[in-house]
Amino acid sequence: MSKKTLVEATINGETVEFLCEPRQSLLETLRDVLELTGSKEGCLTGDCGACTVLVEGRPVCSCLMLGVEAQGKNITTVEGLATNGVLSVLQNKFLEHAALQCGICTPGFLISAKSLLDRNPKPTEHDVRYALAGNLCRCTGYDKIVKAVLDAAAAIRSQGEGKAAAR
Amino acid sequence: MHAINYDAPTTLDQAVSILKTHGENARPFCGGTDIIIQLRAGVRRTEHLVDVKKIKELQVLSFDAKKGLRLGAAVPCIEISESDVMRRHYPGLTEAAHLIGSLQIQNRASVGGNLCNGSPAADTTPALIVLGARARIVGPNGEREVPVEAFVVSPGRTVLKPGELLVELLVPAPAPHSSDAYLRFIPRNEMDIAVVGVGAAVTLDGDKVKAARIALAAVGPTPILASKAADAIIGMKLDDAALEAAGRAASAACSPIDDMRGTAEFRLHITAVLTRRVLSIAAERAKKN
Ligand SMILES: Cc1cc2nc3c(=O)[nH]c(=O)nc-3n(C[C@@H](O)[C@@H](O)[C@H](O)COP(=O)(O)OP(=O)(O)OC[C@H]3O[C@@H](n4cnc5c(N)ncnc54)[C@H](O)[C@@H]3O)c2cc1C
Ligand code: FES
Ligand code: FES
Repeated sequence: MSKKTLVEATINGETVEFLCEPRQSLLETLRDVLELTGSKEGCLTGDCGACTVLVEGRPVCSCLMLGVEAQGKNITTVEGLATNGVLSVLQNKFLEHAALQCGICTPGFLISAKSLLDRNPKPTEHDVRYALAGNLCRCTGYDKIVKAVLDAAAAIRSQGEGKAAAR
Repeated sequence: MHAINYDAPTTLDQAVSILKTHGENARPFCGGTDIIIQLRAGVRRTEHLVDVKKIKELQVLSFDAKKGLRLGAAVPCIEISESDVMRRHYPGLTEAAHLIGSLQIQNRASVGGNLCNGSPAADTTPALIVLGARARIVGPNGEREVPVEAFVVSPGRTVLKPGELLVELLVPAPAPHSSDAYLRFIPRNEMDIAVVGVGAAVTLDGDKVKAARIALAAVGPTPILASKAADAIIGMKLDDAALEAAGRAASAACSPIDDMRGTAEFRLHITAVLTRRVLSIAAERAKKN
């Protein structure tokens, strides 16, 4: 075993310090060291996207990043989407549209979708399918997931308009 | 994965000195999209990963109309595909970078790593070759430059010696009336390894070809610069006969294998088809420049 390294990172808005071995992926570190088990392990080869997290706002496969690389980085996992136990609009839309069955792929889809909506509040269906191309689902087919994301985008936009009107 | 050590030097000197100290037992580490998978699968071994992403020379992406492009070895593909300057001046290289994996992969994978991994199927390598790109390498014995077509020596092996690292890719400024393009064939729409990839760069003089370079992926043990295919069209109008001739010469430059992605015969056929198409696209673009 190689010696453990002390890493400091911001995860879901909180500064955390943890010890990890350089051979451990960020995914292993999140799940086994930090007990953030929302991010899932599917393939470990970058193909399925179940392990997707945001690093500095950009989606990456946490199975293809080392835990030690998290040093000084800002990371968002699926655990960071709800606020004080209240699900985000996007999460609720996944439930409403039944955009999941077994749910293994869902954290990855939510993160990829969040990254899209953060960047592009008015995506087309094509934009959504493109942004989700690195996430695989063996259960639902993709239509419900795509509809959930488009509907979430619309809901977030009308919330924004509501707030603007109230001001 | 077996135990490893990890360093993230911030200067070239530090990186070279760490790589030198550990010799054969150390490897540069960039986006990890090849090396992590290979270490996990046990097909490569190393004791020491030297993360090169914090070295500023490796993060340069700058274009000058006279001097051309400096592309740091660690620049992730996403920066290339999102760059208007890249799309405008090097559309072929840009489309090759854009083809790599998903957004998740493009946010991590570098063009430098794509080259240093040494795969004959790497999409950005032919795109670099047709542009006349040179690889700037730094190591314990100083600096050297190698044309990209000479960089990969056999599947997974490159000219890099222990202790050396790729700093940047130097790409000449495009000549007037020139452009580039890259196409690959895969059995699905996205997320696969090329069965055949073809890059082309063309410079026009009126309606005739003044200069051209054609390079091929996945049809031999290394990426291939198909000089005879380019020679077949120099001084010619790019009509059907010229395109056919280039396609035939490109197929003749291949030494493909049969594998699960396609037979050798199929690869030869597709090489000719893609060569014709990619030349037409590059020439159309060149007319507008
Ligand atoms: C799901 C998936 C899909 C993919 N799709 C494609 C595709 O469509 N087309 C394609 O071409 N590729 C594809 N790839 C592979 C592609 O992501 C890699 O080839 C990538 O470009 C390598 O860059 P990296 O920064 O991740 O390198 P790393 O994995 O960090 O390193 C790769 C190799 O290069 C060496 N290295 C890295 N940087 C340097 C340097 N500066 N100096 C010296 N040596 C160095 C390392 O030691 C290692 O041997 C895919 C990968 C995945 C996981
Ligand atoms: S587990 Fe990371 S992409 Fe599948
Ligand atoms: S819901 Fe089972 S894999 Fe997507």
